[in-house]
Formats: sequence, structure tokens, C-alpha cells
Amino acid sequence: MSDRISVAKTYKLYIGGAFPRSESGRSYPVTDHKGAFLANAAQGSRKDARDAVGAARKAFPGWSGATAYNRGQVLYRVAEMLEGRREQFIAEVSAAEGVPAKKAQSLVDAAIDRWVWYAGWTDKIASVLGAANPVAGPYFSFSTPEPTGVVAVLAPQQSSLLGLVSVVAPVIASGNTAVVVTSQDRPLPAITLSEVLATSDLPGGVVNLLTGRTAEIAPWLASHADVNALDLTGAPESIRADLERSAAGTVKRVLRARPSEDFTREPDLSRIRAYLETKTVWHPMGV
Amino acid sequence: MAAPTTLPSALADAVRDESSLRRFLHGLPGVDQVGVEQRAAGLGTRSIKKASKMQAIDTAISMVDLTTLEGADTPGKVRSLAAKARRPDPERPDVPKVAAVCVYPDMVKTAADELKGTGINVASVATAFPSGRSTLEIKLADTRFAVEQGATEVDMVIDRGAFLSGRYGLVFDEIVRVKEACGDAHLKVILETGELVTYDNVRRASWLALLAGGDFIKTSTGKVQPAATLPVTHVMLQAVRDWHTQTGELRGVKPAGGIRTTKDAIKYLVAVHEVAGPEWLNNHLFRFGASTLLNDLLMQRRTQTDGHYSGPDYVTVD
Repeated sequence: MSDRISVAKTYKLYIGGAFPRSESGRSYPVTDHKGAFLANAAQGSRKDARDAVGAARKAFPGWSGATAYNRGQVLYRVAEMLEGRREQFIAEVSAAEGVPAKKAQSLVDAAIDRWVWYAGWTDKIASVLGAANPVAGPYFSFSTPEPTGVVAVLAPQQSSLLGLVSVVAPVIASGNTAVVVTSQDRPLPAITLSEVLATSDLPGGVVNLLTGRTAEIAPWLASHADVNALDLTGAPESIRADLERSAAGTVKRVLRARPSEDFTREPDLSRIRAYLETKTVWHPMGV
Repeated sequence: MAAPTTLPSALADAVRDESSLRRFLHGLPGVDQVGVEQRAAGLGTRSIKKASKMQAIDTAISMVDLTTLEGADTPGKVRSLAAKARRPDPERPDVPKVAAVCVYPDMVKTAADELKGTGINVASVATAFPSGRSTLEIKLADTRFAVEQGATEVDMVIDRGAFLSGRYGLVFDEIVRVKEACGDAHLKVILETGELVTYDNVRRASWLALLAGGDFIKTSTGKVQPAATLPVTHVMLQAVRDWHTQTGELRGVKPAGGIRTTKDAIKYLVAVHEVAGPEWLNNHLFRFGASTLLNDLLMQRRTQTDGHYSGPDYVTVD
């Protein structure tokens, strides 16, 4: 009896809660760390990026307007779904990053824990980063952190799951919506994450995942006038300066995270804080 | 029944009395539903890029009837809409102005004062818009009021109930009377194609409106779903083209409602060019009834000129 021929998958993008093919019709082969074929991934184009930004903008009022408690519940639910796909993630991380199963397991566990950690922050951000300001008069003055808007995230190229979770979760925890360009050569854990997000309670468009060439898509996101912030973590060194320059054209917030960041380190609030605006309101004393 | 203009004998015969009108309308060839939908979809796939796209966007902007027809309209809102009509993108003076501002009759004066001397028309819906359910006297008074207030274009609705129950003479006479009440103002006849059910009915209503003297035939009020669709606009464009062949007159078409994106607008322009002909590609013979479409056109225009995608933060919210 001959060996069974395995069914090679051709994955699609994740935009607005749906899985469309790339507008360009392109796809590219994804290999493991040794060069063996794993699957085909969609090669996103600038128009896919534009559609993703549109979807993220559309999702923003609903997601940022949801109560912090509700956002937390949704993110916990995602963590439960991640847990359910644990074995698949371990296999994919192991294949992509070339680490032994044991190490892959600890990376996946850390990623799920990281997600839970950020889920817990949703309803605490306002009390930790906000303030009731002292005033010399019969007034109140409050400062509250507000989400920036649509955040374009260039996910880390090396850490395919833990790194991805560490850059995406803080963006959406505070109510932003995200357009994520995944690791170019290691996109499979990100694609599985998109399948997790699609079947959890996360509203469509809150996270949009584009696979493809980072250097091709990133400039369009950096210059897009409807993107409010840009995370440079996974940006190729050669185009970083250009990306910052075009991001400045529409006064985006730019997070200059280094590609060498160690994601196994305990996280802190800095990534949440990077995508917040502070709104200060004076309240005259009530009647 | 009286023919409003001198018509070729075949058409003059059609408007002699109600039964000949019915005979004429029912004698029109039926619309091939599959064919027209396929042709509309086929033309919709045509790719318009770079310089042609830029020209299409500017043409579309100049064809927009910037519309606000809400119960919550205020003079302030109409004034800001008029400002936007004069200068759609204030940072870019080379953007053409729109064709007209379309409002309810009581807002016509506000709009007319704001648009005096700009060459932008003031269009007013009239005749018990959007349902058209009232007496002829009230419809005529509504029309006269709009024209007195300064409307240069009147958008009337036909009596769909009468049309669907086959009382074509009634619909015809109403259009003729409203046309008289319009005086010099241009008359656009709204067929409300969403309520006409079949393409055959759309073709009949189009011919009815053209025979009665409508300067434009308009798809819909925007208050009924579905509003304008590409195949329906194809049928109406065929009607004005055939009218031109038979009488030598040029009449216009205005799709309204549901056209929100530049991509959609360009599909309509392609249809105008292919179905009616290039002489219809101007705002005397083709209009878009829209409010949100203009913002998308402006954003796409900026994308073309600036070399990067624009966003809704950079156009006025109306």
C-alpha cells in the first residue's frame, strides 16, 4: 500500500472576522526551520492592508465602547480557546522555530499565560493609569486613558507565537483595534491564532492578520492616514527609518520596539501605555 | 391627456388616450433579466486605473447631487452642506464643485441663499416625498412652493400604487401637471424602482416618465430598499438612449441611494458610457443622488494625489 498523500493547506488572510483570499491572488510556501514544506500562506498586498484598516476602523467604536469588564471576559474566552488548541500550537511553534517539543511547550504555555495576564488588565488600566487630579476649587478633574484607535502591528519575525501574543494582546486590551502583519517566514501559529479569534467572542475586525512580505505591506500601513499608531517590532532594519518618516506624515504614535526584544521576560505596562491617550475632563460640582 | 412636446407620430399616438398609452407601454420589448444582470456585472469588472481613475473621480464629484433628506435637518446643516458643495475639499481648490444640493422644500431658501452665483443647482424633493400619497392639489402646491423658494430642479415621486394597478393615465397626467407647475425648473421623476418589482415595470415607468416630459428619470427616493442598483440603471439608460434615437432629445438619468463607494460610482460611469453613450458623461445628463459617496470620492482622490491611503478624519463629517 502506498503512503497516504497529506493534504497541504493553503491558508487565507483574516480580515473583518472573515477569511478572504488575498486581493492579489498570491500565496507563498511556508517551510519549517529546515526548509521542508509546511503549507501555503496568502501573500497580502497593499489593498488587503487597506481593507484590513477599514475593517479595524469599523470595529473600533464597538470594541472601544464595550465595558472594560466585557473586554476582559472576551479575552479570557480567547485564552480558553488557545488552551484548547495547545497541542497544535506546540507542533507549529516547534516546526517554525526549530525548538524541541519541551521548549515549544513552555513557549506556548507562556503565550497563553501572557494572554490571560493582559486580559486581567482591561478593567484595571483606568484606575492605574488614570487619576483624580487635585484642584483648588469646588470642581473635580479626572484624567482617563483612552484607546488611540487603529494600531498597525509589525509582529516579531522570530518569536512566532509568544512574540505575537505579546504585541497583539496589549493593543486590544485597552480597546484599540489592530492590523497585524505576521512573521514573514513563520506565519502558521499566527494563522492558527486567527482561527482561534474567529471562533471566540472577539468581534470581527478587532484583530486583522495579514500574512506576506513585511517590507511590502508595512510602508502602506505606515503612511495610511486612518492608522493611528505603529508598532515597529518586526520591521526589517533597512526600512525602519522610512517607516518612521512616513508615520510622522500623519502624526502616528510609533513604538520603536527592537526586534531583539526578549519576550520570555515578564511583561510590564509599557506596551499597553504606548497606545493610550489621556483625556482630562473638568467636572463642575453638581447642582 | 396632452403630449407635452411635439413627438414623432408613433410616440404622439401613444399618449393620445389611456388605452393607447397602456398598449404602448405593454408593447415595449421585455427586459432579459439574466442578460441585463450579466451585462451589468460584466461591465462592473472593468478596471479603471491611474489617470482614467482620477478623471472618473472628478467627473463623479461634478455629478453628485449632495443630498440631505432627514427629519432632523436644520438650516445650519443645510448651510454646511452648501459650503461643502461649493468647495468639497477645502485644502484642494482644484476639486470640482458638485452639481446640486438636494433638500426638502422648506430648506430650499436656505440652500438657495448659500448657493447664489455659484452655478450649483438647488434641487428640492416635492409631491409628498417619499411616498407620494396625497392629493394632486397638495402635490402641485408642494412643487410650486419649492420653485418659488428658489429650487432650480424638482425631484417628484410617481404614484406607485396607481402605476402598479395599471392606471397609467393617472400617473402620466400627474407628471404632466407637475411639469407645468415646475415652470423653468428641471423635473426629475423618481420611479422608486425598489417598489416596481420587475425590470419590465422599470422600463415601462421610464418610458411613461419620458413621454410625460420628465427631464431626468431617477431610480429611487433612498428611503426604500433596494435603492439604486446597476441592472436597474442599465434599463433606464437604455430607455433614455432609445428616447434619443427616436426623438433626438437628450434626457438624463439619476441613480440615488445605496451608492457609497468610489468603486460603485465608477461602475455606474462605465455603464453610462457603454449603455447610453459618452455624451451622457456630464452632469447635465447624469447625476448621483448621494451623501456619503462624496466623502469616499474625496478620500480616493487624496489617495491618488498623495500617494498614500487617506482616512475619514481628513474629510468633513456631515
